[in-house]
Amino acid sequence: MNKVFDKTKGLTDVKTHYCPGCTHGIIHRIIGEILEEKNLLGQTIGVTPVGCAGFAERYFNCDMVGAAHGRASAVATGVKRSLSDKVVFTYQGDGDLASIGTAEAIHSAARGELITVIFVNNAIYGMTGGQMAPTTLPEQKTSTSPHGRSIEKAGFPLDMPKILSQIEGAAYIASGSVDSPKSIIQAKKYIEKAFDTQLAGKGFSFVSLLSTCPTNWGLSPRDAINWLQENMIPYYTLGELKTWK
Amino acid sequence: MGKKQLMKGNEAIAEAAVQAGCKTYFGYPITPASEVIEYLSWRLSEAGGEFVQAESEVAAINMVQGSAACGVRTMTGTSSPGMSLKQEGISYIAANELPCVLINVQRGGPGLGGLGPAQGDYFQAVKGGGHGDYRTIVLAPSTVQEAADLVMEAFDLADLYCNPVMVLTDGILGQMMEVVQFKSGTQRELPVKDWAVKGSAEHADGQRRIVTSYYLDSEKFEKFVKHLGEKYAQIQKAEQRWEEYLTDDAEYLIVGFGTCGRIAKSTVQMARKEGIKLGVIRPISLWPFPVEAFAKDVKGYLTVELSLGQMIEDVKLAVGDTTPVEFYGRQGGMVPTPEELLEQVKEKFDLK
Ligand SMILES: Cc1ncc(C[n+]2csc(CCOP(=O)(O)OP(=O)(O)O)c2C)c(N)n1
Ligand code: SF4
Repeated sequence: MNKVFDKTKGLTDVKTHYCPGCTHGIIHRIIGEILEEKNLLGQTIGVTPVGCAGFAERYFNCDMVGAAHGRASAVATGVKRSLSDKVVFTYQGDGDLASIGTAEAIHSAARGELITVIFVNNAIYGMTGGQMAPTTLPEQKTSTSPHGRSIEKAGFPLDMPKILSQIEGAAYIASGSVDSPKSIIQAKKYIEKAFDTQLAGKGFSFVSLLSTCPTNWGLSPRDAINWLQENMIPYYTLGELKTWK
Repeated sequence: MGKKQLMKGNEAIAEAAVQAGCKTYFGYPITPASEVIEYLSWRLSEAGGEFVQAESEVAAINMVQGSAACGVRTMTGTSSPGMSLKQEGISYIAANELPCVLINVQRGGPGLGGLGPAQGDYFQAVKGGGHGDYRTIVLAPSTVQEAADLVMEAFDLADLYCNPVMVLTDGILGQMMEVVQFKSGTQRELPVKDWAVKGSAEHADGQRRIVTSYYLDSEKFEKFVKHLGEKYAQIQKAEQRWEEYLTDDAEYLIVGFGTCGRIAKSTVQMARKEGIKLGVIRPISLWPFPVEAFAKDVKGYLTVELSLGQMIEDVKLAVGDTTPVEFYGRQGGMVPTPEELLEQVKEKFDLK
């Protein structure tokens, strides 16, 4: 029989701890595939966040460093400045990057740091049990906004790709989703371009991906996809916001 | 040995780092430490290294973590408020068992405090500062030459024990100009950094490397923390450093680190002229604290610090309750004169 699909060598065989239906796994797979396809696994260093992806150093099949909450872009800066001929990426959640680590993300972009940042926006703090994130939508219920996010008290969500696309040092900024086969193919193209940006020495590269958290949204995996499509896609800026090619 | 040159303490620290093979520096400006970052902003790239002026001390220490994980010699420097911001990162670096050098040119605290010299960060440096069960090796120089020597030593100790090493100075030492001569290179045999990330293709065994400190398994985590404990015990045994000045026949001893230890030597000379048998113990390693130095048969110790009294707790632990341990401190950037200390010796020990 013809083998038409195989698990990428970009990921290890360690069983992941993600909840059923969580789209973190899809994002892992496409990053792994790209690193394998581009033959980069042996020369890549990944930096993991604190959040649900805090164990991802076990899953990506390359050298990995674990960062403190929010500091992955700074740690990646330290790695890249020490090993300038290597490929360096971070994988960060929305609490990690858009709240506690906003300064590190923005300044890595401002310096035009030659790293690739993958930003997973699930509009909630997954790891800690579903609290409000800076990306939580207006009126969205979380464990720290039980009556829905109040715009008066908690303000508006941050649209990180839009913010970062204003920064000169950022060479490639894209914003996609992983809610359908079509969007997954698109997301893979974005991530591929982001790594190409780094390899070409053009500057900071960043891909934001809308992702689900069925567990803390209190929805089935299918309903979570629907919720993302109906609520997050209309709210967030999507597409390639900045590119050099 | 290089040639003798006149240098500011902070610049000597920076140059010593370059000569010790420091390849990356990440910092954020702050008085009275800014000469370190200013010097390295041009000198490091000249020497083939990388320099980043980070957006904050928080970012800087995390850049250090990334760089240290690659196995290169790396350093960050700051003054007290900046050191407070670095504490989380230091805890992570200690947990990841990464070598790096930290410089704290202390100023007065708490809060924004003052720009004058102080030693109020002793507790933070020596007792932890960040969260969890970890230790930082802390070295305290008292001259510009010693600052340069200890920075070089700090890089070796960091590599030897895979641990952060702090060089704790103060505003006086940072700004003071003295003659310095840089020692040529390390004579120590240091372990190969086989654990460093480089890209898995670079590793002889083809295995990937992971640098992390996340444990969900309590049994495994306990084993790791116990391993840290064993390492720290080994450091306590092997790395106690101190200087003694006229202690052989001394009846009274001043205990002071850094600037205070230096001033105390002048006090001893004055006291001896008056027939008071005074000596000095100057702790150089603050952690591990030089407990061994205190096995002395004397009538009393006077601990002198530029704080409300922090090191005195370790002096008391080392001395036990057999001998009185007195305290004299100045704060807020004020520094005692040798005469002032002599007065204190006489007063505390009834020698008038
Ligand atoms: C300094 C610090 N503050 C808080 C935490 C607790 N914490 C761990 S993960 C997290 C948020 C994770 O959310 P996100 O980044 O959105 O990632 P997700 O888990 O949703 O993938 C928080 C607040 C921590 N580990 N460290
Ligand atoms: S808590 Fe949410 S983000 Fe985390 S693994 Fe579960 S579904 Fe995914």
